[in-house]
Amino acid sequence: MSVKVLTANRLTDGEAVWLGANGEWLEQIDGALIARHAEAVTALEEAGKAAIKSNLVIDVNVIDVEERGTNLYPLRLRERIRQLGPTIRLDLGKQAEKPKASAA
Amino acid sequence: MYRYDEFDHAFVSARVDQFKDQVERRLAGELTEDQFRPLRLMNGVYLQLHAYMLRVAIPYGTLSSRQMRKLAHIARHYDRGYGHFTTRQNLQYNWPALKDMPKVLDELASVEMHALQTSGNCIRNVTADHFAGAAADEVADPRPYAEILRQWSSMHPEFSYLPRKFKIAVTGAERDRAAIQVHDIGLHLKKNEAGDLGFAVYVGGGQGRTPMVAKKIRDFLPVEDLLTYTTAIMRVYNLNGRRDNKYKARIKILVHETGTEELTRQVETEWQVLKDSDLKLPQQDVDAIDSYFRAPNLPQRPEGWSGLAAARKADHAFATWVDQNVTPHKNPDYGVVTISLKPIGGIPGDATDAQMDLVADIAEKFSQDEIRVSHEQNLVLPHVAIADLRIVYDLLLTDGLATANAGLITDIIACPGLDYCALANARSIPVAQRISERFGQPDRQADIGELKIKISGCINACGHHHVGHIGILGVEKKGEELYQISLGGSGDEICTIGDITGRGFSSEEIVDAVETIVDRYLEIRTDKEETFLAAYRRVGAAPFKDALYSEAANAA
Repeated sequence: MSVKVLTANRLTDGEAVWLGANGEWLEQIDGALIARHAEAVTALEEAGKAAIKSNLVIDVNVIDVEERGTNLYPLRLRERIRQLGPTIRLDLGKQAEKPKASAA
Repeated sequence: MYRYDEFDHAFVSARVDQFKDQVERRLAGELTEDQFRPLRLMNGVYLQLHAYMLRVAIPYGTLSSRQMRKLAHIARHYDRGYGHFTTRQNLQYNWPALKDMPKVLDELASVEMHALQTSGNCIRNVTADHFAGAAADEVADPRPYAEILRQWSSMHPEFSYLPRKFKIAVTGAERDRAAIQVHDIGLHLKKNEAGDLGFAVYVGGGQGRTPMVAKKIRDFLPVEDLLTYTTAIMRVYNLNGRRDNKYKARIKILVHETGTEELTRQVETEWQVLKDSDLKLPQQDVDAIDSYFRAPNLPQRPEGWSGLAAARKADHAFATWVDQNVTPHKNPDYGVVTISLKPIGGIPGDATDAQMDLVADIAEKFSQDEIRVSHEQNLVLPHVAIADLRIVYDLLLTDGLATANAGLITDIIACPGLDYCALANARSIPVAQRISERFGQPDRQADIGELKIKISGCINACGHHHVGHIGILGVEKKGEELYQISLGGSGDEICTIGDITGRGFSSEEIVDAVETIVDRYLEIRTDKEETFLAAYRRVGAAPFKDALYSEAANAA
């Protein structure tokens, strides 16, 4: 079943980030705050607006993900590439810091 | 090469200071993203999937060694050790931090470079034939006129908020290497019967979601009228171009909806008001700019030819590289060298900082300190003595820059695609890499001959797929990448938009589909001299569609 998380890019360096359950913006999708119903999605959207106002992040979006065991798997390839890095340069992006399966 | 005067230095420096202040205010929260976004775009700063991207302008694709070294330095210190040369003769850095942007722009300004007008609804970086000032078939160097256009269009108050972006390309040879007919304005510099220089003027070409070949609205415009006539076109567009719909806002749509005849009439009417105005170019001003682009004083090096013959005989790989990557120069003792940024299986257009430094060193010693960036995402050494080809080849070989594939099937244009770009729907680069690997064997490539494959990861067509002999457009369908093929496109002087073959192909199928097309071409060509494009123009799409979609093909 697909659920939703909130993602954005950090203002200072453009790094892809996800809103964590602790209210912090995380550099990895692990630990992202998961919205499982409409009210929770609304809360995510409100959190996104607040984060834009406080100039922490830009380009805020609610995205669809699937829970696969303990991992979160974004449904769109675009989001999987944001999560890991360029599929043609495995030495770059988040995948270089934390090896995982490729995005494709 | 053009050198900044005091005005240029002060102008660029003031813009860097202004942007530095804007970045500081943004980081301090004094500017919102809505306020800041248009400001950063005016300075070439985009947001992509993983980070910000900085697009650096390389006017008409001309660089000195000093400038190339600076690009390498920026890649090393502010990015991840590489840059991406684009189809607009620009360079993109994929990872710079916003807080570093003012420092990067300062570094660029120190070598007379900037990122102005590489975004936004303004007149973008003016592009030109990458062999300008060197090619044997050139009538005149188009770069002085590209430079005049650059100076005139920089921060032009009337044309900074156009309905949409605006691209101008200039060429100075009958053979169009600048794809002028798929630009908003294309200028072909030529001589009339009296021997005077002027331009054939094309308007309303472009790619994107509505590809169109430009219409010629003047066969010969004297060079003194370059700015008066261009201003007339811009005014007609600025006044009448659509601002209600982003997808219909380019001048190509205005030309199409107005009709070429009526649009030409409007331009000519506007021009009558302007033609004797201050914008008429005084000859001394043209001469002053022209003097920056005077052909270098090339010493005679006739010994090169005998040495070349021996070197070719001794090394087949070198001979292949000379045949494929060296183009005739105006001076018979010299050649124009294309440095392929398309190693087999590599990323089209990417160069590491070390490769940029190497090219800068080679250019300084062996190419009059000049480098060019081509819209086909390669680099060019415009003035290399035939006598120096062997040593230049050996130096390029030391860092993977001697791939002998210019113009062949593995010399693929590919946009950054979904691996980097926030607009993309599908990946381009991995498709290019797999095609390159499939056809990379030298004898196979040579047998296939000239074949231009161009790949875009979305409808915006940065990868020029509409004018690829084989064009590939990546789309997203039901969450999967799907690749649509078009055939018979061409961006040269006989400009055509490719025909879509039919249903698209999955990522797994696309390379096989390209091979099916190539195999069919090899079956039907009259002889080896008939290129893929010539064969396609002779037989049309049917034999290729049959190969791709027939029951037998589907059963295979």
